[in-house]
Amino acid sequence: MLQLANELIDFVIISVALLAIGIYGLAVKRNAIRMLFAIEMIVNAANLNLVAFARFIPNSQGQTLALFSIAIAAAEVAVGLALIIVAYRMYKNIDIADFRSLKG
Amino acid sequence: MVDATFLAVSVLTIGSAIAALEIRSMIYGSIALMITLAGVAGFFLLLDAPFVAMFQISVYVGSIAVLILFTVMLVRRELIFNKIEDPRRRYAGIGLMIVTMLGIGTIILGSGLKTMEVDAPSVDFREIGEDFLTYYSPALVVMALILASAVIGALVLARREDVTTGQRAD
Repeated sequence: MLQLANELIDFVIISVALLAIGIYGLAVKRNAIRMLFAIEMIVNAANLNLVAFARFIPNSQGQTLALFSIAIAAAEVAVGLALIIVAYRMYKNIDIADFRSLKG
Repeated sequence: MVDATFLAVSVLTIGSAIAALEIRSMIYGSIALMITLAGVAGFFLLLDAPFVAMFQISVYVGSIAVLILFTVMLVRRELIFNKIEDPRRRYAGIGLMIVTMLGIGTIILGSGLKTMEVDAPSVDFREIGEDFLTYYSPALVVMALILASAVIGALVLARREDVTTGQRAD
Protein backbone atom coordinates (compact mmCIF):
# COMPACT_ATOMS: atom_id res chain seq x y z
CA MET A 1 0.00 0.00 0.00
CA LEU A 2 1.13 3.49 -0.80
CA GLN A 3 2.20 5.40 2.25
CA LEU A 4 0.96 8.97 2.20
CA ALA A 5 3.66 11.55 2.77
CA ASN A 6 1.18 14.27 3.67
CA GLU A 7 -0.56 14.53 6.97
CA LEU A 8 -4.12 15.48 7.70
CA ILE A 9 -3.07 18.80 9.17
CA ASP A 10 -1.67 20.01 5.84
CA PHE A 11 -4.94 19.48 4.02
CA VAL A 12 -6.89 21.12 6.83
CA ILE A 13 -4.61 24.16 6.70
CA ILE A 14 -5.13 24.49 2.94
CA SER A 15 -8.86 24.22 3.56
CA VAL A 16 -8.71 27.00 6.17
CA ALA A 17 -6.78 29.19 3.71
CA LEU A 18 -9.42 28.65 1.00
CA LEU A 19 -12.17 29.43 3.52
CA ALA A 20 -10.43 32.65 4.59
CA ILE A 21 -9.98 33.80 0.97
CA GLY A 22 -13.66 33.07 0.33
CA ILE A 23 -14.73 35.07 3.37
CA TYR A 24 -12.53 37.95 2.21
CA GLY A 25 -14.19 37.84 -1.21
CA LEU A 26 -17.68 37.77 0.25
CA ALA A 27 -16.90 40.69 2.54
CA VAL A 28 -15.11 42.94 0.05
CA LYS A 29 -16.47 42.33 -3.44
CA ARG A 30 -19.62 44.10 -4.58
CA ASN A 31 -19.89 42.27 -7.88
CA ALA A 32 -22.49 39.49 -7.85
CA ILE A 33 -20.45 37.07 -9.97
CA ARG A 34 -17.33 37.59 -7.86
CA MET A 35 -19.37 36.81 -4.76
CA LEU A 36 -20.44 33.58 -6.45
CA PHE A 37 -16.73 32.79 -6.97
CA ALA A 38 -16.15 33.30 -3.25
CA ILE A 39 -19.08 31.01 -2.37
CA GLU A 40 -17.60 28.33 -4.65
CA MET A 41 -14.28 28.60 -2.81
CA ILE A 42 -15.96 28.15 0.57
CA VAL A 43 -17.90 25.10 -0.67
CA ASN A 44 -14.68 23.62 -2.04
CA ALA A 45 -12.91 24.17 1.28
CA ALA A 46 -15.68 22.22 3.00
CA ASN A 47 -15.45 19.41 0.44
CA LEU A 48 -11.68 19.21 0.85
CA ASN A 49 -12.13 18.92 4.59
CA LEU A 50 -14.69 16.13 4.19
CA VAL A 51 -12.50 14.08 1.87
CA ALA A 52 -9.38 14.64 3.98
CA PHE A 53 -11.04 13.42 7.18
CA ALA A 54 -12.60 10.51 5.28
CA ARG A 55 -9.13 9.47 4.13
CA PHE A 56 -7.59 9.52 7.57
CA ILE A 57 -10.51 7.87 9.34
CA PRO A 58 -10.89 5.17 6.67
CA ASN A 59 -14.55 5.46 5.91
CA SER A 60 -16.56 5.84 2.74
CA GLN A 61 -19.17 8.16 4.23
CA GLY A 62 -17.05 11.29 3.95
CA GLN A 63 -16.53 10.79 0.23
CA THR A 64 -20.23 10.05 -0.26
CA LEU A 65 -21.14 13.28 1.51
CA ALA A 66 -18.61 15.17 -0.61
CA LEU A 67 -20.21 13.79 -3.78
CA PHE A 68 -23.66 14.91 -2.63
CA SER A 69 -22.24 18.30 -1.73
CA ILE A 70 -20.68 18.75 -5.18
CA ALA A 71 -23.99 17.90 -6.87
CA ILE A 72 -25.96 20.31 -4.69
CA ALA A 73 -23.38 23.04 -5.38
CA ALA A 74 -23.95 22.56 -9.10
CA ALA A 75 -27.69 23.15 -8.64
CA GLU A 76 -26.98 26.19 -6.48
CA VAL A 77 -24.70 27.74 -9.09
CA ALA A 78 -27.27 27.21 -11.86
CA VAL A 79 -29.99 28.99 -9.87
CA GLY A 80 -27.60 31.70 -8.69
CA LEU A 81 -26.46 32.53 -12.21
CA ALA A 82 -30.08 32.62 -13.40
CA LEU A 83 -30.87 35.08 -10.60
CA ILE A 84 -27.88 37.22 -11.58
CA ILE A 85 -29.07 37.28 -15.20
CA VAL A 86 -32.58 38.32 -14.12
CA ALA A 87 -31.15 41.05 -11.90
CA TYR A 88 -28.88 42.24 -14.71
CA ARG A 89 -31.87 42.45 -17.03
CA MET A 90 -33.81 44.52 -14.49
CA TYR A 91 -31.09 46.86 -13.28
CA LYS A 92 -28.59 46.76 -16.20
CA ASN A 93 -25.87 46.21 -13.62
CA ILE A 94 -24.40 43.38 -11.55
CA ASP A 95 -23.26 45.51 -8.64
CA ILE A 96 -25.21 44.31 -5.62
CA ALA A 97 -25.31 47.83 -4.20
CA ASP A 98 -27.81 48.59 -6.98
CA PHE A 99 -30.14 45.70 -6.16
CA ARG A 100 -32.24 47.54 -3.63
CA SER A 101 -35.86 47.40 -4.71
CA LEU A 102 -36.64 45.06 -1.78
CA LYS A 103 -35.05 47.47 0.67
CA GLY A 104 -38.14 49.68 0.89
CA MET B 1 6.52 16.50 6.03
CA VAL B 2 4.85 17.58 2.82
CA ASP B 3 6.12 16.42 -0.55
CA ALA B 4 6.76 18.48 -3.66
CA THR B 5 3.49 17.55 -5.38
CA PHE B 6 1.45 18.75 -2.45
CA LEU B 7 3.40 21.99 -2.32
CA ALA B 8 2.94 22.64 -6.04
CA VAL B 9 -0.79 21.90 -5.96
CA SER B 10 -1.33 24.08 -2.91
CA VAL B 11 0.56 27.02 -4.39
CA LEU B 12 -1.47 26.66 -7.61
CA THR B 13 -4.77 26.43 -5.73
CA ILE B 14 -4.27 29.28 -3.27
CA GLY B 15 -2.58 31.53 -5.83
CA SER B 16 -5.30 31.14 -8.40
CA ALA B 17 -7.97 31.54 -5.69
CA ILE B 18 -6.50 34.95 -4.87
CA ALA B 19 -6.19 35.73 -8.58
CA ALA B 20 -9.82 34.80 -9.22
CA LEU B 21 -10.93 37.50 -6.83
CA GLU B 22 -8.33 40.13 -7.64
CA ILE B 23 -7.66 40.03 -11.40
CA ARG B 24 -9.29 43.02 -13.01
CA SER B 25 -10.98 41.27 -15.91
CA MET B 26 -13.64 38.82 -14.84
CA ILE B 27 -13.03 36.49 -17.78
CA TYR B 28 -9.49 35.84 -16.55
CA GLY B 29 -10.94 35.65 -13.06
CA SER B 30 -13.27 32.83 -14.03
CA ILE B 31 -10.41 30.99 -15.70
CA ALA B 32 -8.43 31.37 -12.47
CA LEU B 33 -11.42 29.97 -10.58
CA MET B 34 -11.35 27.00 -12.95
CA ILE B 35 -7.69 26.42 -12.02
CA THR B 36 -8.59 26.62 -8.31
CA LEU B 37 -11.29 23.97 -8.73
CA ALA B 38 -8.90 21.76 -10.71
CA GLY B 39 -6.36 22.19 -7.91
CA VAL B 40 -8.91 20.97 -5.38
CA ALA B 41 -9.43 17.96 -7.65
CA GLY B 42 -5.66 17.45 -7.43
CA PHE B 43 -5.93 17.40 -3.64
CA PHE B 44 -8.63 14.75 -3.95
CA LEU B 45 -6.25 12.66 -6.06
CA LEU B 46 -3.53 13.10 -3.42
CA LEU B 47 -6.04 11.89 -0.83
CA ASP B 48 -6.63 8.62 -2.75
CA ALA B 49 -10.14 9.61 -3.75
CA PRO B 50 -10.02 9.36 -7.56
CA PHE B 51 -13.80 9.02 -7.92
CA VAL B 52 -14.47 12.30 -6.11
CA ALA B 53 -11.67 13.92 -8.12
CA MET B 54 -13.22 12.87 -11.43
CA PHE B 55 -16.63 14.03 -10.22
CA GLN B 56 -15.13 17.37 -9.23
CA ILE B 57 -13.50 17.79 -12.63
CA SER B 58 -16.60 16.85 -14.61
CA VAL B 59 -19.02 18.93 -12.52
CA TYR B 60 -16.96 21.95 -11.48
CA VAL B 61 -14.33 22.37 -14.17
CA GLY B 62 -16.56 20.97 -16.88
CA SER B 63 -19.92 22.55 -16.28
CA ILE B 64 -19.93 25.19 -13.57
CA ALA B 65 -16.88 27.05 -14.89
CA VAL B 66 -18.31 27.05 -18.43
CA LEU B 67 -21.65 28.31 -17.08
CA ILE B 68 -19.87 31.13 -15.23
CA LEU B 69 -17.85 32.01 -18.35
CA PHE B 70 -21.02 32.27 -20.44
CA THR B 71 -22.70 34.45 -17.82
CA VAL B 72 -19.67 36.73 -17.67
CA MET B 73 -19.78 37.08 -21.43
CA LEU B 74 -23.50 37.96 -21.33
CA VAL B 75 -23.05 41.09 -19.23
CA ARG B 76 -21.88 44.40 -20.64
CA ARG B 77 -18.22 44.90 -21.29
CA GLU B 78 -17.48 47.67 -18.82
CA LEU B 79 -19.15 45.74 -16.02
CA ILE B 80 -16.78 42.79 -16.14
CA PHE B 81 -13.89 44.91 -14.93
CA ASN B 82 -13.33 45.60 -11.26
CA LYS B 83 -14.32 48.92 -9.92
CA ILE B 84 -12.09 50.37 -7.25
CA GLU B 85 -13.43 49.26 -3.89
CA ASP B 86 -13.81 51.31 -0.81
CA PRO B 87 -10.36 51.01 0.85
CA ARG B 88 -11.85 50.81 4.33
CA ARG B 89 -14.00 47.87 3.29
CA ARG B 90 -10.96 46.28 1.72
CA TYR B 91 -8.83 46.61 4.86
CA ALA B 92 -11.74 45.29 6.92
CA GLY B 93 -11.96 42.27 4.58
CA ILE B 94 -8.23 41.60 4.83
CA GLY B 95 -8.47 41.87 8.62
CA LEU B 96 -11.40 39.45 8.65
CA MET B 97 -9.39 37.02 6.50
CA ILE B 98 -6.38 37.16 8.83
CA VAL B 99 -8.57 36.77 11.93
CA THR B 100 -10.27 33.72 10.36
CA MET B 101 -6.95 32.16 9.38
CA LEU B 102 -5.27 32.78 12.73
CA GLY B 103 -8.33 31.84 14.79
CA ILE B 104 -9.20 28.57 13.12
CA GLY B 105 -5.50 27.86 12.49
CA THR B 106 -4.54 28.10 16.16
CA ILE B 107 -7.53 25.98 17.16
CA ILE B 108 -6.54 23.27 14.65
CA LEU B 109 -2.83 23.40 15.46
CA GLY B 110 -3.62 23.17 19.16
CA SER B 111 -5.98 20.25 18.75
CA GLY B 112 -3.24 17.63 18.31
CA LEU B 113 -4.49 16.61 14.89
CA LYS B 114 -0.91 16.20 13.70
CA THR B 115 -0.41 12.96 15.55
CA MET B 116 -2.82 11.01 13.40
CA GLU B 117 -1.18 7.99 11.76
CA VAL B 118 -1.85 6.73 8.26
CA ASP B 119 -1.83 2.98 8.09
CA ALA B 120 -5.28 2.11 6.83
CA PRO B 121 -6.04 1.33 3.19
CA SER B 122 -7.94 3.91 1.22
CA VAL B 123 -11.62 3.57 0.44
CA ASP B 124 -12.42 1.74 -2.78
CA PHE B 125 -14.84 3.41 -5.18
CA ARG B 126 -16.83 0.18 -5.46
CA GLU B 127 -17.74 0.66 -1.82
CA ILE B 128 -18.97 4.19 -2.57
CA GLY B 129 -21.08 2.91 -5.45
CA GLU B 130 -22.63 0.23 -3.28
CA ASP B 131 -23.40 2.80 -0.60
CA PHE B 132 -25.04 5.05 -3.16
CA LEU B 133 -27.35 2.35 -4.42
CA THR B 134 -28.24 0.74 -1.09
CA TYR B 135 -28.01 2.86 2.03
CA TYR B 136 -28.13 6.26 0.33
CA SER B 137 -30.64 5.46 -2.42
CA PRO B 138 -33.46 7.65 -1.00
CA ALA B 139 -30.99 10.52 -0.72
CA LEU B 140 -29.89 9.87 -4.30
CA VAL B 141 -33.50 10.10 -5.53
CA VAL B 142 -34.05 13.32 -3.58
CA MET B 143 -30.85 14.74 -5.01
CA ALA B 144 -31.99 13.91 -8.55
CA LEU B 145 -35.28 15.72 -7.86
CA ILE B 146 -33.38 18.73 -6.48
CA LEU B 147 -31.17 18.87 -9.58
CA ALA B 148 -34.16 18.60 -11.91
CA SER B 149 -36.07 21.31 -10.06
CA ALA B 150 -33.00 23.55 -10.01
CA VAL B 151 -32.60 23.23 -13.77
CA ILE B 152 -36.31 23.93 -14.34
CA GLY B 153 -36.18 26.85 -11.91
CA ALA B 154 -33.15 28.33 -13.62
CA LEU B 155 -34.85 28.03 -17.02
CA VAL B 156 -38.04 29.67 -15.72
CA LEU B 157 -36.08 32.49 -14.08
CA ALA B 158 -33.93 33.26 -17.10
CA ARG B 159 -36.80 33.11 -19.62
CA ARG B 160 -37.99 36.36 -21.15
CA GLU B 161 -41.67 36.88 -21.68
CA ASP B 162 -41.51 40.20 -23.46
CA VAL B 163 -39.66 38.96 -26.53
CA THR B 164 -41.77 37.95 -29.51
CA THR B 165 -40.32 35.95 -32.36
CA GLY B 166 -38.02 37.84 -34.68
CA GLN B 167 -37.17 40.45 -32.08
CA ARG B 168 -33.66 40.43 -30.76
CA ALA B 169 -33.13 40.23 -27.04
CA ASP B 170 -30.91 42.99 -25.82
